[in-house]
Amino acid sequence: MTARVVRVTGSLVEARPMRESALFDLVRVGARGLLGEIVRLQGEVATIQVYEETAGLAVGEPVRSTGAALEAELGPGLLGSILDGVGRPLARVADQEGDFVLPGAEAVTLDPDRRFAFEATVQPGARVTGGDVVGLVEERPGFLHPILVPPRVSGIVAEVSSGSFGARDVVAALDDGQALTLAHRWPVREPRPVAEWLRGDRPFVTGQRVLDFLFPVAEGGSVALPGGFGTGKTVIEHSLAKWADADVVVFIGCGERGNEIADVLAELPALLDPRTGRSLIERAILVVNTSNMPVAAREASVQLGLTIAEYYRDLGQRVAVLADSLSRWAEALRELGARLGEMPGEEGYPTTLSDRIGKVFERAGRARVRGAPERQGAVTFIGALSPPGGDFSEPVTQAALRVAGTLWALDPALARQRHFPAVDWATSHSLHAEATAQWFVENTAEDWPELRRETSSLLRRDAELREVTALVGVEALQESDRLVLEAARIVREIVLSQSSFDPNDARSPVMKTHRLAALAIAFHRQGLAALERGTAFARLPIGELRQTMVRMRSAPDDALDELALHANALIDSMGREAEPEKEAAQ
Amino acid sequence: MNLARAYHGASAATGPLLYVPRTHRAAAGEWVVIRAPGQPARRGQVIDAGEEITVVQVLDQTLGLAPAKAEITLTGDIARAVVGRELLGRALDGVGRPLDGLPAPVGEALRPVWGAPMNPTRRARPADFIETGISAIDGLATLVRGQKLPVFSGPGLPGLEIAAEIVERARTPRGEPFAVVFVGVGITERETREFLRRLEQSGGAERTVMFLNQARDPAIERLLAPRFALAAAEFLAFERGIHVLAVIADMVHYCETLREIGAARDEMPGRRGYPGYMYTDLASLYERAGIVAGREGSLTEIPIVTMPEDDITHPIPDLTGYITEGQVVLSRELHQRGIDPPIDVLPSLSRLMNSGIGEGRTVREHRKWADQLYALYARGQETKLVAAIVGEAGLSAADKRARDFAERFERELVGQGRTPRRLRETIEIGWRLLEALPREDLLRIDEATWRARKERT
Ligand SMILES: Nc1ncnc2c1ncn2[C@@H]1O[C@H](COP(=O)(O)OP(=O)(O)OP(=O)(O)O)[C@@H](O)[C@H]1O
Ligand SMILES: [Mg+2]
Repeated sequence: MTARVVRVTGSLVEARPMRESALFDLVRVGARGLLGEIVRLQGEVATIQVYEETAGLAVGEPVRSTGAALEAELGPGLLGSILDGVGRPLARVADQEGDFVLPGAEAVTLDPDRRFAFEATVQPGARVTGGDVVGLVEERPGFLHPILVPPRVSGIVAEVSSGSFGARDVVAALDDGQALTLAHRWPVREPRPVAEWLRGDRPFVTGQRVLDFLFPVAEGGSVALPGGFGTGKTVIEHSLAKWADADVVVFIGCGERGNEIADVLAELPALLDPRTGRSLIERAILVVNTSNMPVAAREASVQLGLTIAEYYRDLGQRVAVLADSLSRWAEALRELGARLGEMPGEEGYPTTLSDRIGKVFERAGRARVRGAPERQGAVTFIGALSPPGGDFSEPVTQAALRVAGTLWALDPALARQRHFPAVDWATSHSLHAEATAQWFVENTAEDWPELRRETSSLLRRDAELREVTALVGVEALQESDRLVLEAARIVREIVLSQSSFDPNDARSPVMKTHRLAALAIAFHRQGLAALERGTAFARLPIGELRQTMVRMRSAPDDALDELALHANALIDSMGREAEPEKEAAQ
Repeated sequence: MNLARAYHGASAATGPLLYVPRTHRAAAGEWVVIRAPGQPARRGQVIDAGEEITVVQVLDQTLGLAPAKAEITLTGDIARAVVGRELLGRALDGVGRPLDGLPAPVGEALRPVWGAPMNPTRRARPADFIETGISAIDGLATLVRGQKLPVFSGPGLPGLEIAAEIVERARTPRGEPFAVVFVGVGITERETREFLRRLEQSGGAERTVMFLNQARDPAIERLLAPRFALAAAEFLAFERGIHVLAVIADMVHYCETLREIGAARDEMPGRRGYPGYMYTDLASLYERAGIVAGREGSLTEIPIVTMPEDDITHPIPDLTGYITEGQVVLSRELHQRGIDPPIDVLPSLSRLMNSGIGEGRTVREHRKWADQLYALYARGQETKLVAAIVGEAGLSAADKRARDFAERFERELVGQGRTPRRLRETIEIGWRLLEALPREDLLRIDEATWRARKERT
């Protein structure tokens, strides 16, 4: 007997009889085949969460279970794609339906027409288990994509053939008759298993000075990025999508703006990856559910993005997941919970909120992945949060802060002053600074940790002094304190702030970050020495140093040396010119 | 969908809801007509379609409606709006009925009121500068076609007037077709008349369609008015290639109605009593702005948000700001000091500014010019606060310069009065303010930009 719709309210549908189905089964609802997921089963009746607009769906329309949970299709051809929250490529949806998204589109994730040259790396007779590599395809020029035995499969290879295949074609068969295809499917809500979790000691290099220098995150770490509207979350996420050092970038646009996606799509293809020289879109996968697309798919979009990321991790890649915004994802949970009549917890969110946010963050990590040959991979997770009224005490931000190893807190006051990235150095923190220090020392200079410590304490001292000056005025300060203010101003305005719209400064290599920070600290140290030797504060070449450093900041990387030389000369001159003055004074 | 089906008698009614037993194939969102003897027909919409009971939300007043005697017709269609060029020049109510005494428009097509989300891959990036004649906007929070840029006003502040000015002047630079869709939600007749008068004066009335929801109209029409209007706007923009500017005033009334109706439906209230889905609901309006790749027109939205108690963290401006592409913020303090328009440039922002400015669009140095003005103004404002405590003597020379700059900036650049300025003029005024300062105060202006400026003057 065909199951039929018995009730429709908003995105929830009840259907009967559905006794054969299981919880979380994916279903096609109605004549147009809207995608949905079973979220409750009671006797004959299934409650279905529909991922698409239900307007016009009528009682009595047929419902068909697919017999499987919502799964991601994982295989070569994902790079460069733009998927909706449940994995349909939006470009192909547009080809079918036009410029506006209509419900019921039928489009598989991987392009059925695309073929790959598969080269087997195992022989018949080989014993294989989940994660083992059976062959290679070149997904993109220069990007070798190993074809894996899916996680829970094992056996002895009976047949395997090299050649040209589509994503769903069989390339090998096991002795028990199981077929291996280029792509396999995996349920999005289930983390993919790894062999062993590893500690992260290599930084996820962001190219943003304030982040790399003060609040580094380790590869495999997770970051909470909260900030009120307009404080710069999306610009940071986009900058990371462009310039962070990762092999693969998964950007999840969850409940945010359509024009921002248009931005990414306009920019990424035109920019070149500084490491590979290839277009940045070739390492990116976008999962997009804008704020006006159905809420249920918002929830799925984050899980889908993470599953894709874990898959590339399992291939041995270093993956960055940029989720903008997790708050919209949590709000989707709230809306769905309310419709299901669940007991609301704090601020109406499900009582399981904290747990579910924890589970999202826990999908990040660095691991020795399953299978042979031995490989390591990492998923680094950066989740933007949009707290109501910019107040971080709300449940979603709080839950995220409990599980994230790094906090990049954005400050509306800095944003209003157009100090970008508006990362608040007083409240942000990172648990990975120690662990990653060695890498920075090896890749910049010995004094990186020391510079970092000194910069932090300079900024703390600056905050104290600024409170004092707000009461007594700057003229009442000692000269050494005024020097602190000036040095800190250089740190804040030149070292830590960075424009993503300046082509030469959008990405700061760690060497450049080190150089600018070193100059600021040298200015403070040597300035202090000069003052002690009697140089008048007014004679310190602050203006010229600032100008030089500003020029350095927007200079092309190959022009840095010369400017740094000049800046250093200025700083050194502070010590020297003091001598005669001192003598004269004696 | 279905054919129309009629039923006699609802089993119950609570507030605006009717419970109709044993309907046949009721559909979500289905449009409903309710007739009662001796009363005008009422309209409704299915919000819960079921085999046993179907819940209809009645859009009109339910006072005097006896559920048992009502004849309820499920029309077999969802809510649709009449759209077309013919609407231009007309004044309609919140659900598209004429208010101007003329016959109901026949239109070119019927379109679902709820619209459909634009496929993000089919969006074109908004990048065409709209000159509003307002220096603070053109110079520092540049509006572009296809953007959604709200005005955050406060009770008694001239939010709607500023929107009217923008609409009056925002002609298309190359003479492309242009239209205004104005949605009045719960605003006073006086405000509406004033807006209309300005449009007529500027000769824009025949390029304008008004959707006016009046105080006496049923509450739910306030939620429908922007949707009828945006359905019309989308048609003009994306199917007729017209550059449409949609002004919605006032979003606060809209959101209050959303809260009211949520409460009537016994929903769990969210922050400050507004429904938990308000973000999603607002997004379904604001996100309809944009440009479709390969099509001629554009839809730009300027919602007016009167911030309750001037509080920008109130859920209405807060959620709006989280969805829109920036905001123009008015300040009571500036207004009281006679700075007109009282735009506070520090919290104001246009997120699409960068793609709309620069060489070939506005002026080459626009970004740096704006950054420098911001930086100095921010410093000047901070200094003013400090000076209030420590007095003149405690300020450094640079602080004093920044403070004086801030004063002049407010008076000369922001406080232009109601005379429109061309962008060039705005840029020139900004430069003059900057050039009054020593070069060392202007670090955001790089050498090349500085030299280019010197050569020109
Ligand atoms: N690094 C940066 N360099 C220059 N400008 C920036 C930078 N970061 C942010 N901005 C400015 O701030 C604006 C707002 O930033 P963004 O859109 O990232 O905010 P958001 O925190 O994502 O806001 P929302 O929560 O509303 O999405 C940008 O449009 C840009 O003008
Ligand atoms: Mg954002």
